[in-house]
Amino acid sequence: MKGPLAQTGILLVGMYVFLKFILPLFTAPLPASLIFLYLALTVAAAMIFYTMSGAGLEEFMGPIGRFLTGEGQKGVATTARVMVFMLFPLLVGWQTYTKLAPSDVPPPENRTIHPAPPGEFVGLSNPFQKTQENIMMGKGLYAAFCSPCHGANFDGKGPASVGFNPPPANFGDPGTIAQLQESYLFWRIKKGGVGLPVEGMPWKSAMPRWEVELPDEWIWKIIMGEYDGAGQSPRTWEEEE
Amino acid sequence: MKNPGTIETRHSWLPKVKPASLFGWSVVWTLLLLPACVWAQDAATQAMSVEYRDIPGLGSRNVIWVIAQQHLLLAGFVLGVPIFAWVCEIVGWKTKEARYDTLAKEFTKLLTSAYATTALFGGILLFLLIGLYPKLMAYLSDVFFPSFILYCILFLLETVTLYLYWYGWDAMQGNKKGFHLFLGFLLNLFALGIMIVPNAWATFQASPVVVADGTAIDRAWAATWNPTWWPVNIHRLIANVVLGGFICGAYAGIRYLLAASQAEREHYDWMGYVGNFIGVFGMLPLPFAGYWLMREIYQYNQQMGITLMGGFLAWLFILQAMLIGVLFLGANYYFWMGITYRIPGSEQSYKRPILAMLIVLMVCLGVWMTPHSLVASLEEARKMGGTHHPLLGVFGVMSAKMTVANLMILVTFMSFIMYWRAGKQETSGWAKMAKAVMGALLVIAGIAVIVLGVWGYFVPAIIRINYFSVAQVLIVLFIMITFTPLTAVLMKSAKTMTEMVWGRMPIRAAYCLVSNAVMVILLMSLMGYARSSSRVHWHVYGVMRDTSDYAYSPALGYAAAFMSLNTFVFCLLVAFIFWVATMGDKGKKGPERGQPAEEPAKIPMDATPAMAGGAPREGEATPKG
Repeated sequence: MKGPLAQTGILLVGMYVFLKFILPLFTAPLPASLIFLYLALTVAAAMIFYTMSGAGLEEFMGPIGRFLTGEGQKGVATTARVMVFMLFPLLVGWQTYTKLAPSDVPPPENRTIHPAPPGEFVGLSNPFQKTQENIMMGKGLYAAFCSPCHGANFDGKGPASVGFNPPPANFGDPGTIAQLQESYLFWRIKKGGVGLPVEGMPWKSAMPRWEVELPDEWIWKIIMGEYDGAGQSPRTWEEEE
Repeated sequence: MKNPGTIETRHSWLPKVKPASLFGWSVVWTLLLLPACVWAQDAATQAMSVEYRDIPGLGSRNVIWVIAQQHLLLAGFVLGVPIFAWVCEIVGWKTKEARYDTLAKEFTKLLTSAYATTALFGGILLFLLIGLYPKLMAYLSDVFFPSFILYCILFLLETVTLYLYWYGWDAMQGNKKGFHLFLGFLLNLFALGIMIVPNAWATFQASPVVVADGTAIDRAWAATWNPTWWPVNIHRLIANVVLGGFICGAYAGIRYLLAASQAEREHYDWMGYVGNFIGVFGMLPLPFAGYWLMREIYQYNQQMGITLMGGFLAWLFILQAMLIGVLFLGANYYFWMGITYRIPGSEQSYKRPILAMLIVLMVCLGVWMTPHSLVASLEEARKMGGTHHPLLGVFGVMSAKMTVANLMILVTFMSFIMYWRAGKQETSGWAKMAKAVMGALLVIAGIAVIVLGVWGYFVPAIIRINYFSVAQVLIVLFIMITFTPLTAVLMKSAKTMTEMVWGRMPIRAAYCLVSNAVMVILLMSLMGYARSSSRVHWHVYGVMRDTSDYAYSPALGYAAAFMSLNTFVFCLLVAFIFWVATMGDKGKKGPERGQPAEEPAKIPMDATPAMAGGAPREGEATPKG
């Protein structure tokens, strides 16, 4: 098949097959929203490239225009055109129906993963020195209280993690605790899932409210142990000495 | 008969009353009016204690939102345009090419017509703020009163200078040009003052510095020097140039579509090119300024930083990525169409580099638009093990975003360089070597930006923010600063192989210019909402709480509708202003519509001076009349 339109079609199908079927062979499947985004970018790229010149524009848009207007069409092409005109409203109707029909499938989630902490937790700093002794104590406390869910390797794969959705945070992921200040972790550990603010509701967090069981000192030391164990550093505004 | 020389001191029609009875009446009236005085005092006290007023049906916050956004957008245009109008005038003065002077004058014409509307919206905003938010305005007046006076003085000076600059344009040619340029300098100086003084009020609301002691000036000065004042000043200054450039580009695009003669088409094609160039020129450093602003906000208050970048406003930054992406694509598309249409025969030779640049831009945009937490159904989230994708989730953090933003800037800059070099053959002996060095530097820069981006995942945040991100920016700036003069020197002695032809761009190029302007307006409306909403339920963050009925953050969908409304209203306003401003031109133009257009102008050999990417020669391509 030749021509920009055919090339674009092949590219789109290729992209779709890659994102939908090939990539999941190596990692988790992509959500439909992301596949749609990448396909939309592919279409935009093809349109930009092929419409930079008059000839390219004609090659890209011409067949579409001629097909829709029926210019110079005969036989199968005419039938195909009529079919498209008949099927398109049906497709729109079906899409509308599926969107509006009552369903027990929950809507896609749009969670706010990192809501802003309450004012009283802003600016707090770890009152304990980062000594080997404190880190080891923090790791011990972590092993006792946190590792069942967050894992002995700080990767969110503790023995109890399979029971949770969303799963416990993977501290080794650079997108989790490495992006946050220690005071943020202190708030999350102390107040747990029930202490989260209303923004980004509904909240789904099974994190216990540890303030009822652990003193602040232990929480601060657990934070130290978490960062050290996961090989991450907290977000700070001053470099460490 | 009365003596006409005497003045009658007492009217005969007044009843004759004794002084004692007058006193009695006075007492009675005073006693009767006393309750009224008390009521008036009560009313005054009541008026003083009103904290908020509302506009039923519309909502005070919605009204302020629209008016403030219109004022800000107009002000951005009015303060951005004098910068490049003045630069254009200087270029015309230095090169002795009148077309630059004509262009600068045309830019200034747009400025003068928008100036009064900006002031009008400023006045409406002030009255509405005083009426609807009296408590807040009383507090801000108390803190900033000395700067209110300064603002008035600056406004007066700006107005006088603008009048002199605009109305004296033709009178101050020749040996008076130096004075006119000095007026242009003053205009920009006062404009800068007009921008930074109110910025202090707005940034104080977000990052207040409150000093209880000292004189009124001391307190105002302390409040002015708040942590986000200069980051916002720099960001707005650059953004104003971008807005002004793209709006002038859109104006030229529309005039190009309406052009009745070839000369007009050539002129507005060139003007559209210059507008796009100015917009792109400003857009390249804008992400750096935005990054600095966000860094300062984060450092000032973790809560505000997280609300913006990780909390409920985080999705705005995905929309921002989309809009910036479309803007980058639009600007590049326009450059690439310029190569194809203005330099005949060059399409094939530049097809492959354009394709390579397009792929890089699209991959970068894909990364930029990939959110940290993906929108996924329950089933999809289960399969991924949460809303973070194990592989693509890494695209969601700043290290990835900074890397792709820098690469997109680099590609856009190279698009411009390619456009500049298109259709020319370098003749210098060292040209080959220079091109090889530039190519090598570009590859090294690209790799260095990517390496720093990937490395950024493995170092503490402070190292990434303070060193890696800054290094990425410096690498890109280094490329821009070295390539620009090097290319200018190369092009000075270059032989023109294919002449640039103006006025032959397709109509979609004009629509592209309009689309770029709309994207910038949407972008400014979006980030205006983000900046304002980051204060959440505070008028003045941590100092004065919002206790009105509107002390909640509007939902993102609701906000998006208002951003669209603001963009639409602003486009209508600008269209109306420009229509009024150019009404007088219609009578002066050459051929009427319907008459045959002029033959395409002959392209002069020297029609491609350096930075502007070439221009039609004076008299051949400027509109007649």
